[in-house]
Amino acid sequence: MSEIKKIKNLKEFSTSADRFEGANLLCPGCAHSIIVREVLNATHDPLILAASTGCLEVCTAVYPYTSWDNSWIHIGFENGSTAIAGAEAMYKARKRKGKLPKSCEGKTPKFVAFGGDGATYDIGFQWISGCFERGHDMMYVCLDNEVYANTGGQRSSSTPIGASTTTAPAGRVSYGEKMMKKDIVGIMAAHGAPYVAQVAPNKWKDMVKKIQKGFETEGPVFINAMSACTTEWKFAPDDTIAISDLATDSLVFPLYEIENGTKLRITYRPKNKVPVRDYLGAQGRFKHLFKPQYEYLIDEWQKMVDERWEYLQRREEASV
Amino acid sequence: MAEKMELNEVEVWDGNMAASQALRQAQIDVVAAYPITPSTPVVQNYGSFLANGYVDGEFVMVESEHAAMSGCVGAAAAGGRVATATSSQGFALMVEVLYQASGMRLPIVLVVVNRALAAPLNVNGDHSDMYLGRDSGWIQLDAYNAQEAYDLTLMAFRIGEDVDIRLPVMVHQDGFITSHTAENVRPLSDDEAYAFIGEYPMVNAMLDLAKPVTYGVQTEEDWHFEHKARQHHDLMTKVFGKVEEVFDAFEKKTGRKYNIVEEYFMDDADVAIVALGTTVDTAAYVAEKLRKEGIKAGVVSPRLIRPWPHAQMMEALKGVKAVACLDRSSPNGAMGMLYNEVAATMYQSDSKPVITNYVYGLGGRDFTVEHAENIYKELAANAEAGKPTTPLQQFIGLRGPKLSFY
Ligand SMILES: Cc1ncc(C[n+]2csc(CCOP(=O)(O)OP(=O)(O)O)c2C)c(N)n1
Ligand code: SF4
Repeated sequence: MSEIKKIKNLKEFSTSADRFEGANLLCPGCAHSIIVREVLNATHDPLILAASTGCLEVCTAVYPYTSWDNSWIHIGFENGSTAIAGAEAMYKARKRKGKLPKSCEGKTPKFVAFGGDGATYDIGFQWISGCFERGHDMMYVCLDNEVYANTGGQRSSSTPIGASTTTAPAGRVSYGEKMMKKDIVGIMAAHGAPYVAQVAPNKWKDMVKKIQKGFETEGPVFINAMSACTTEWKFAPDDTIAISDLATDSLVFPLYEIENGTKLRITYRPKNKVPVRDYLGAQGRFKHLFKPQYEYLIDEWQKMVDERWEYLQRREEASV
Repeated sequence: MAEKMELNEVEVWDGNMAASQALRQAQIDVVAAYPITPSTPVVQNYGSFLANGYVDGEFVMVESEHAAMSGCVGAAAAGGRVATATSSQGFALMVEVLYQASGMRLPIVLVVVNRALAAPLNVNGDHSDMYLGRDSGWIQLDAYNAQEAYDLTLMAFRIGEDVDIRLPVMVHQDGFITSHTAENVRPLSDDEAYAFIGEYPMVNAMLDLAKPVTYGVQTEEDWHFEHKARQHHDLMTKVFGKVEEVFDAFEKKTGRKYNIVEEYFMDDADVAIVALGTTVDTAAYVAEKLRKEGIKAGVVSPRLIRPWPHAQMMEALKGVKAVACLDRSSPNGAMGMLYNEVAATMYQSDSKPVITNYVYGLGGRDFTVEHAENIYKELAANAEAGKPTTPLQQFIGLRGPKLSFY
């Protein structure tokens, strides 16, 4: 097992590695880049990375440039997970045969795939499920911005109820998205994966701990990372962390982990719980909910979040 | 270390076993696969080699063909020898990733046991899947029998993995007719086969931690064209020579001779059938027979389908008066693939033969000696008349009213 990286403070952490360059084409304020940095900076180990088609991919490897200082592959929208599983299989095979490159001596690379929520919850779900069922030693990180951002803001099955998207727009007779956000963390835990966690970039210590735990885990690890999108959630680029704080402190985006498919542990309990209304009110995508005919939805939202929090706490208590 | 398998000088293998034995002898590092009729046994045989210690790579049984090719791409980019097999619907599901594999210049070997595409659903052989892949940037080789399936699969590794080429290779064989027919096959020993293919040359390996690489970048109008043009250029200028070189080396080793374009009785032929797969043998048998009746018949077959051997085809058909291109795939709204390729090639030749298109054998329908005889007789009439005496495109072996076009 490799040595776990010690991290003292945020300043040191955010500048401690150059594995992901600030030079990229992501929107100013995009949380994708913060999350990626936090994941890559959490370890000393060499990394082999994949990204699915989406904002992260199109903004970070535009020929002849790349923002990645590790080996990196993009195949398609749905198969970043399987690309990394294939690379991991190759590592195992060549290790067994004693045919790894010299540069691997004394080092153990970690295999990580990134995908947006579209790539994860929807089109790529079958591939991820397959990888997890087969138990590849890999980490899959979902950059969950609750929308197909790269193609201009269409709904995904991660889009929460009431959000206005280009394919589920709010209008005179519609409040926007009608479906509930899919419980991807629960679904991935149900695969019996050794480690599954939900993280947010503003809670960086929590995130780093979970990523490090993930890297120490043998077998498939799933990380769902809330990724605030300035463009589609519609907030100012310098508000990314403030919006993220609202999400975690309102418990719209609770932080927890599940081990071996059962053992659930909540990792963050806000001291001052913020009303869901404040979270929704800070983003343009929910603006219409504050019109009289849709305002009832805000109360329903609050009820939904409370119920979910109750459920998570009970599961934690019961340890099942 | 994997155990070696003692093989007889002559083994009785079907086409699937022949292909899986070649994969075993290549000592592939990663096979990511999904079963489908009629190529399933390739995967099954490989699984049993693994279970019995004859291979020691990773065998990843994924949840679909799309994932199979995705896993192969990730594995190949990581740096090692990779292969898989598929047919028909599975091939269709792979198509997106086939383009990714060739665009990233990854030398994966794909055994394709050709089968019809639904609807209607059909498990038998035709060349619909082969044709579906023809613009995907892969090198495509065609085997007529189990021996060739074995030989060409071995050679595919050496061709595709060459550092100047670095392109994926498909080896085609006819569903059931080849894949499920047991025949005598003369294998190389494990040591000879491995020595022939050689160690995998690790190029741009993601696993080389000292030299990180980026695969599958974004390019738009500024660079995409250059990448695609380079890939096409390498296919058109480097592959023919490399294939010839590997065919020659193989002949030296085994005495078995392969050509980029195969010719049977073509020295003085007036009429010729152009065909692929098992049909080539049938046509050659009939051509020999008809020669006794005074028809100077021959057969031409592109062993290499992609890149298209334009120059070699022109040479092979030089001086021929009438040519029939036999397509085993529904043309779905045009002349057949072979017709289009051959006609385009021969338009540039001095002798412009009369070229007709026969569509046959869809979904495993038999192609008989009688069918071939009739075609040659029509060709002889065309040659005599100097123009088509029958419609340009006809369906043969079809029940019901005769269908023909143009
Ligand atoms: C097979 C396929 N279908 C559709 C697309 C178009 N497409 C590219 S990225 C994308 C949306 C990406 O959304 P998400 O995964 O949520 O990532 P984000 O851009 O939001 O980070 C879509 C629909 C594609 N590239 N490939
Ligand atoms: S659209 Fe959203 S996810 Fe995409 S780069 Fe901009 S902020 Fe990031």
